Amino acid sequence: MVGVTDNPPESADDRGEETMHFRKISAALCFALVGLFASAQRAPAASDTIKIGYIDPFSGPFAQSGDQFLQVLHFIVDDINTRMPPLGKKFEIVTFDDKLQPSEALIALKRVTDQAIPFVMQCVGSNVGTALIEGVSKNNERNPDHRVIYLNCGALATELTNAPLCNFWQFRFTGSVEQRAYARIKSLPADVKKVYLINQDYVFGHSIEHDTKKFLQQLRPDIEIVGDEYVPLGQVKDFSPYITKIKNTGAQSIVTGNYGPDLNLLMKAASDSGLPIRFDTYLAYLTSAVTAIGPMGADRMTVVMEYNENLPVELNIPAAEKLDLAFRKDHKFDFVAQPWVVMFEMLSRAITQAGSVDVLKIAQNLEGMQQQDLLGKTETMRKADHQLILPYYEGLLTKDVKYDTEGTGLGFKTIFTVPSEDEELATTCAMKRPS
Amino acid sequence: MTAAVPRPRPTAMRAATRNRPIRAVAPWIAMLLIALVLPWLFRDYTTGRDNGFMTAMFGQMGMMIVFALSYNMLMGEAGLLSFCHAVFFGFGGYCVAHLLNAVPVVVPLELLPLAGGVCGLGLSAVFGGMATKQRTTAFAMITFGIGELAVTAAIMFQHFFGGESGITTDRQNAASLFGVNYAHGLAVYYLIVAWTLIAALGMFYLRGTPLGRMANACRDNYERAQFVGYDPRMVRFIQFALSGLFAGIGGGLYSIAYEIVTYDAVNAPLSGNALLMAFIGGVGSFGGPVIGAILITALQSGLSLMSNSWLVYVGLLFIVMVTVAPTGIAGILRAHGPIVRAGRLGTLAIPYLRMAVPGLIVLTGLVFLVEMLSFATIGAAEGKTFSLFGFAPNVYAPMPWIVALAGFAAGIVWLRLEGQRFFAVWDDLMTGLAAAAPR
Amino acid sequence: MQLLTDTLLSGLVYGMLLFMLASGLTLIFSMMGVLNFAHASIYMLGAYFAFTISHYIGFWAALVLAPLACGLIGAAIEVWGLRRCHANGHIAELLFTFGLVFIFQRAVMMVWGTLAVPYQVPASLNFPLFQLYGQNFPAYRAFMLLVTALMLLSIWLLLKKTRIGLIIQAALTHPDMVSALGHDVPRVFTIVFAGGCLLAGLAGVIGGNYFSTDSGMADAMGPIVFVVVVFGGLGSLAGCFVASIFMGMVQTAAVMVNGSIASLFAPFGIALGGDSLLGEILTIPLARVSPLLPYVLMVLILFFRPRGLMGARDA
Repeated sequence: MVGVTDNPPESADDRGEETMHFRKISAALCFALVGLFASAQRAPAASDTIKIGYIDPFSGPFAQSGDQFLQVLHFIVDDINTRMPPLGKKFEIVTFDDKLQPSEALIALKRVTDQAIPFVMQCVGSNVGTALIEGVSKNNERNPDHRVIYLNCGALATELTNAPLCNFWQFRFTGSVEQRAYARIKSLPADVKKVYLINQDYVFGHSIEHDTKKFLQQLRPDIEIVGDEYVPLGQVKDFSPYITKIKNTGAQSIVTGNYGPDLNLLMKAASDSGLPIRFDTYLAYLTSAVTAIGPMGADRMTVVMEYNENLPVELNIPAAEKLDLAFRKDHKFDFVAQPWVVMFEMLSRAITQAGSVDVLKIAQNLEGMQQQDLLGKTETMRKADHQLILPYYEGLLTKDVKYDTEGTGLGFKTIFTVPSEDEELATTCAMKRPS
Repeated sequence: MTAAVPRPRPTAMRAATRNRPIRAVAPWIAMLLIALVLPWLFRDYTTGRDNGFMTAMFGQMGMMIVFALSYNMLMGEAGLLSFCHAVFFGFGGYCVAHLLNAVPVVVPLELLPLAGGVCGLGLSAVFGGMATKQRTTAFAMITFGIGELAVTAAIMFQHFFGGESGITTDRQNAASLFGVNYAHGLAVYYLIVAWTLIAALGMFYLRGTPLGRMANACRDNYERAQFVGYDPRMVRFIQFALSGLFAGIGGGLYSIAYEIVTYDAVNAPLSGNALLMAFIGGVGSFGGPVIGAILITALQSGLSLMSNSWLVYVGLLFIVMVTVAPTGIAGILRAHGPIVRAGRLGTLAIPYLRMAVPGLIVLTGLVFLVEMLSFATIGAAEGKTFSLFGFAPNVYAPMPWIVALAGFAAGIVWLRLEGQRFFAVWDDLMTGLAAAAPR
Repeated sequence: MQLLTDTLLSGLVYGMLLFMLASGLTLIFSMMGVLNFAHASIYMLGAYFAFTISHYIGFWAALVLAPLACGLIGAAIEVWGLRRCHANGHIAELLFTFGLVFIFQRAVMMVWGTLAVPYQVPASLNFPLFQLYGQNFPAYRAFMLLVTALMLLSIWLLLKKTRIGLIIQAALTHPDMVSALGHDVPRVFTIVFAGGCLLAGLAGVIGGNYFSTDSGMADAMGPIVFVVVVFGGLGSLAGCFVASIFMGMVQTAAVMVNGSIASLFAPFGIALGGDSLLGEILTIPLARVSPLLPYVLMVLILFFRPRGLMGARDA
């Protein structure tokens, strides 16, 4: 990369010429800019639909999350639009690419308010979630005429529905890390006495580790934590040294909030070394995890989840099974986002009750709303912190199921249920409500 | 790792533009006027509302202009390739966020970007002390390492960086010097414009100082600069530290505009963006990075609204630019300077038009290919429908593919032919001008 | 002892894979001066190609065909791309590879979809080879070691025993001189670039199924390979080898250490820590900062020895 060039040093004359060109450049730029963005001045379309601004990554390395979630959301919206259209109108999802960056998400939020879209929805990343809570709350304060409701469909950090972050304009339609941790510990079998905690070294992992330890102490004081470890996020290629370490502690189970390669490779190392250990995970239901894990997780990997496609079979609810089958027909991954169905059902009802798209009224209607989910269980949007209170199910990855996951021949069988009453955990939220 | 940027040789004609202060000030005033009226062009007068998105994007452009210009202090002026410039930008942002959160805020909002700049300066002085000991590749790779270290630290350490969720703040915590209410995007936009102008003027001034000159000298001929009696390392160090100051100002603006700073603000993609903006715009002239910053921001926020495959187009743009126009957009415009002055621009009009036709065909073919492929594997499953420029071909039939591919391939062949013709005319014109130029 | 053996073994496997990626990059970097950001993208392409080929023909065909395809892509990039912007300077070349990264990333998604593909270790190699301290040693890891060792041997033979190898070696240290002697340097460049991409592709074939094959794998691998190349030193394959193994070992070994800076002082009765940024830095265990170590080491070595570990000339 060496290469001393012998260009003549810039002479004093250079500057003069440059200024002149600078002027031309700026003139050219002026035209270019006006031309480029003239198209941005569009007349607002007639509102025969109720728009929902959906902000998530659709390009770059994280595009796969946005892409998949959008497929699921479209499926759900199609169903809701035929089953219970709000005020007889249809929901319409308008996507905005945030590239998983808070600043881009806030620019997108500006676009949402410009187009007078009353709802913004976001499912990937607590960093973007935090930014949107703050952004939406400031927008609603500063522009009371163009208020927005933030529908949180996947930013999991416990803090988002606790003081000081929790906010009247945010509604979280997915379980928080804390709720998941409660279900995770509650569902550990009685004969597990020694666990090893492995989590990713960033906010989400820390949050999982913190809440796991809290509930271990509360619910299962008989369990000994024989080791706890943070692994650098997405950096470790070979987990076999960890496995050696774990083996030496005599742990019966690895409790982990890892996902993606950090989960798959951990499992691979355990399976390769022939270590017979349980995996009690938080997120192994995420798309493509089962594909990567495959037979090595069979009958020893559990995960706490909000839904799986075998639940309707086990509980004998044909309507839900029919919906799953419709989803399976043209998707390569499972339908697990049951709370999002609840989200749209609640939203539709809240809009219909409000009689018009009056954001404040809709938010007030959503508070404390109860809704039967696909499996006939009651889910509540708790008024105190706008957190959905929902049941959790522990699934075991096994061959012995009707519906397999991602064509692997393995699927989740429900072995433990945590009812939604148990999931009403204390909150520190003290939100300010608009009068 | 010297920035090998070909520069046009000075010609005698340049003297004509010297000693005319009005001419020197004109571009600044023009840019300022454009910046001042821009948000009003996009205002919706029926509802009396500003276009918040456009205002936010223009603000983002302002920050990126400061950022790209400060990067060019290293790359263009001193020939230093740095991969950690975002670290100073982000650090300035974090500092301002923390200052805003320490209620009561002692610094008025208008001066906070400067506080961010001071933070950036402090950090760049520390890292600069390490990195500027080396030059060329070793320098570049040290900055690469520093950049990666900073990102990992920002995710890992909660107290200062707030981890993944970053530091949130409220710009209304701070008082205003002039009693302005910064609730709305427009006021913030004008604050950004003011600071962009101040920072740009500062950097423009620095170019002309002995420091700026010596940075040029060290870039162009390291040994000779040493012989003149300057310590090139010191020059590099001061230049590096000062560029951190301006990057920090940009970061401070970021913090005020978005009221949140996360590790993305120190992350490697942003450092890469600085390099791209400076290079695509043109490192050889002061205005180059400005153009680059505007263009790249427009692509990032504008093009990404139209296509999820926008990164492919951006990647292709880079490839085409570095292959055919290594002096950047500013370089292309500069190259037309002598022709414009000689009043011969008309000669090029026809060849340009002739190139534009196959150029458009290539572009259309390419866009169709990329979008059809993207739709077939990704978009269709998302429940979208396919339509492009008013056409809605069936992407599962072979015909649209054949047409697009054929158009693309034929267009390239045609474009090459026209390109040859264009350069023949161009060379002719240049030889003619050189012969006519007074010696 | 068991922990040590295990760490060393994993470090060795990972280090060898790193070397497979870094060796090509170091050749390209030293000879052509190109910081090839797209190198890890080729690694990703290799894995995706192998997935498709092994789906239709079989793993063993993929082992041969996928690297060849990557080599061809490399040659095409060099001939039709890099060579054209070579005259525009190194930063132009660097940005060219930057552009390629964007394109490859999205292209992979457009062709294979956004989800990770199920590229699995072939059944014929999926068994425990032997037991070590009661823990299985998978055959596939032995296979990875074997392939990398074979590759090392063939590179060595190629460089030492063939004419083109001699020219490449000469061009590594004295590129201008080689061209002055009348050798067709552009052709050598093409061969080296294609060869480097072939090796990256091979790394993708044998690494993609052992780790995972998704559109993020290039981003995960890219920076560390750069570190290895610079740490090892320009123009030195031996340095690159040592650096690869060293970095592989460091990264796997550091995760085994639970101590922190504060724990160094603990025996002397000094308790460090507290709820502040400094306290956080002092009490963070070494295992957690292990991803930082390669960068720290790189910055340190460049600071004191700009030519890298065994570099033939200054970077």
